[in-house]
Amino acid sequence: MKRFSVPILLVVLLTTLMGLAWFEVIDLYIQTIVLFMGINIITSTSLNLVNGNMGEFSCGHAGFIAVGAYVSSILSVALFTKSRAFGAPLLPPELAAYGFPLVLIIGGLAAALTGLLVALPSFRTRDDYLAIITIAANYIIISTIINIDTIGGARGFMGMKRVIFAMEKCAEIPWMILWVFIFMVISVIIIRRYMSSTYGKGVEAIRQDEVAAEIMSVNTNRIKLVTFMISSGLAGVAGGLYAHTVGYVNPKSFDLLKSTEALVMVYLGGMGSISGSIIAAVVFTLMLELLRPLQIIKWVAIPLLLIIIMQFRPEGIMGHRELSDIFPRLKKFYKFK
Amino acid sequence: MFDTLLQNILNALQWGSFYSLIALGYTLVYGVLRLINFAHGDIVMVGAYIAFFISSLLLGQYGMPAFLPGWAVLALTIPLTMALTSVVGVTLERIAYRPLRRKGANRLYVVITALMAGLILENGNLLVLGASRKKFPELIEKVVYKFGSTYVTNLKIGVILTAILSFIGLHFIITRTKVGMAMRAISYDKFAVPLMGIPIDTVIVFTFVLGSSMAGLAGILFALSYPILDPYMGMSIGWKAFIAAVVGGIGDIRGAFAGGFILGIIEISVVAVFPSSYRDLIAFSILLLILTIRPTGLFGVAQTTKI
Amino acid sequence: MTLLEIKDLTQLFSGLCAVSELNLSLGESELIGLIGPNGAGKTTVFNLASGFYQPTHGEIIFQGRNLAGLKPHQVSALGIARTFQNIRLWKEMSVLDNILVAQHFQLGYGLGGLFFRTPRYLKRERDIRHKALELLEIFKIDKFADEKPGNLPYGMQRKVEIVRALSSGPKLLLLDEPAAGLQSTDVTELITLIQWVYDQFNLSIWMIEHQMKVVMSLCSRIAVIDFGRLIASGTPSEIQNSPEVIKAYLGDDQL
Repeated sequence: MKRFSVPILLVVLLTTLMGLAWFEVIDLYIQTIVLFMGINIITSTSLNLVNGNMGEFSCGHAGFIAVGAYVSSILSVALFTKSRAFGAPLLPPELAAYGFPLVLIIGGLAAALTGLLVALPSFRTRDDYLAIITIAANYIIISTIINIDTIGGARGFMGMKRVIFAMEKCAEIPWMILWVFIFMVISVIIIRRYMSSTYGKGVEAIRQDEVAAEIMSVNTNRIKLVTFMISSGLAGVAGGLYAHTVGYVNPKSFDLLKSTEALVMVYLGGMGSISGSIIAAVVFTLMLELLRPLQIIKWVAIPLLLIIIMQFRPEGIMGHRELSDIFPRLKKFYKFK
Repeated sequence: MFDTLLQNILNALQWGSFYSLIALGYTLVYGVLRLINFAHGDIVMVGAYIAFFISSLLLGQYGMPAFLPGWAVLALTIPLTMALTSVVGVTLERIAYRPLRRKGANRLYVVITALMAGLILENGNLLVLGASRKKFPELIEKVVYKFGSTYVTNLKIGVILTAILSFIGLHFIITRTKVGMAMRAISYDKFAVPLMGIPIDTVIVFTFVLGSSMAGLAGILFALSYPILDPYMGMSIGWKAFIAAVVGGIGDIRGAFAGGFILGIIEISVVAVFPSSYRDLIAFSILLLILTIRPTGLFGVAQTTKI
Repeated sequence: MTLLEIKDLTQLFSGLCAVSELNLSLGESELIGLIGPNGAGKTTVFNLASGFYQPTHGEIIFQGRNLAGLKPHQVSALGIARTFQNIRLWKEMSVLDNILVAQHFQLGYGLGGLFFRTPRYLKRERDIRHKALELLEIFKIDKFADEKPGNLPYGMQRKVEIVRALSSGPKLLLLDEPAAGLQSTDVTELITLIQWVYDQFNLSIWMIEHQMKVVMSLCSRIAVIDFGRLIASGTPSEIQNSPEVIKAYLGDDQL
């Protein structure tokens, strides 16, 4: 029972969602919200790895999301569709459905590589210097995109909807729900496996006492690098999914406000708690949508609400715990750590 | 050629002054509390708006009789704005940061609270005052001095001089007065300080007063130089000033001051050579390079870890 | 056989000479002590030996290998483990996890193995875990395996820290004031523990200690430093009667 409970649950959830979308029980608007939830889960759990588990302070997560979004969008548009920027499709559009996950992964790898470049100088520095380096990196990435005219510069880049249409030629199913779901599950599995291994526990050791970790044979620099790359790589995957969900990307949508949203989800959920990050991503996405009618008041109400929440629960929803620590009975069904 | 260079140097110094004044506020709070006060940029914005309302009031915009000349209005606006802006800063500290500190929340939660407070200030402003931009009144008559073929306005000189004088004043407070000494003591060891009978909360409030009044001053000077106000004006300049503070060596006011000017100089030189859309890209790359070469910043001292 | 050889070791901290031209050697299966007044540079010597500082001058040879330029994690992988003056366990991890992480250099699997949970990864994780539990059992602290170290009494934390150091299978164990902060009954227990570790684990132990009872009853040889300089070295009884040592501890006018 324990082994199969979660996979069964996930499959049921996925088929329900796909079915509801296919029979048009839920409209495109609700589908988009559900997709955003999935994407935000990847964003928050991946940032949680660096800010929660490793105890560093990365402020520029949106920069990596941008890299993933642009790289995968450019690739998929160039490979599978006819576009003004890149001309005829390089591959037959029928392959879109098979090529898309690869494109996403390449976007993630590009983001991870960017993460490597950002993390390298941060080793020589201490404390909050990672904050500054990531903020600067976020600025640099956006500024770079703005200055590349082939990909639209400040105007943004579009055409990803045509990739989805190409996929639908292969089979008439709600593809994005499938992809977001699969990649969300894979991301969470990657993070969970990483953090539950002895290797990954080195990350926790670094947060609690870096000096002791280094002296007790933990290669702290290497672990920091690997962890940061996993985190930024997954952010890149989230970016690719976001770009294809919305169908349009614009450098402005990856500014520091987006990074702030990612930070909020991590701290709302509780630092270092995977289930906390997931819950916070769902709650936060819902909150953004439910308060949409308030328009500008929303952007006063949400920060205010968050400040109040932090006054009452200064450790986030879950603290440093997982669901199974709060409801021990869940352990019967699933091994959380 | 030489004239444009001189012109650019003056522009760089002017922008450097803005960044320096804001960076000073960041560094003061960081030095004492280890808190990146991300709301600081928005406090600059609040300062500019406060200055706008005070000067408009004094100029007779809201039914009050206008009896003061422009320079007197400015002379009154500056201290009033600094005072009111520090009230905003201290209020933030009292209602948002201090309770969290008392609860022993993780430092980063306080940082997030600061981010949220900044959003509230920006969007609250938009909500209350609407989207129309405010035009800051021209308080002093513009005098243009001409050196050769270089034009210098009295405003530019005023901005640069004010920044330098404020720094000197601040430096005096930090190094020569009792409260300044207490501030430095807290940054070394915040556990020992209360044991020595130093009222730690008073010192922290004083820090916020100093930092926010610098922000208010920066707000006025910025509004005088670029008289269109909008609620998001503080965000970007605030983030940049924070980076400047770090490059200078955060926690050290000399570093913040120098860092601000360095950023100003880099930005203006980039714009002088490249299209202006490359400003952020090149400026931030240079700053990262400086940090890679000198990780502690220009004035920062490497802390030794004790085992 | 010499295990550790220190030659002309000098460490300057911006002009302050913390360790000065220290020469010392440690044989295999030896248990020696390092004593000296406060601030004499004892912990600095340990920090140098564990790779945390790079010496200004001189060299440290461990099993014929110069430690110069090695990072602390590389030094510990070579077989030097240590404990700390103020206990530095990872306080929010369980005792078991503390022991697991200390075996980081010998995990024997890569990231690929980790993500795909290959048989090799699973086997290695099982082995490491098994070894850690075994060690906890030997020291009779297996009942605390899931406890956070912060919840344990101070003496127990010391013990956990020693077990953590041993879990990497070191050839040389550096103990930095193991008896600091312990009650006298615990100190007696600690002496038995160290002696037992020394007998069982086939390693050398080098310890800094202020409590003479501990040093005198355990160490076969004692080195005394003052102001970073070696002022005496010999058997416990020689040290007790050395005028140099008495001068360093009690001052000149006491003589």
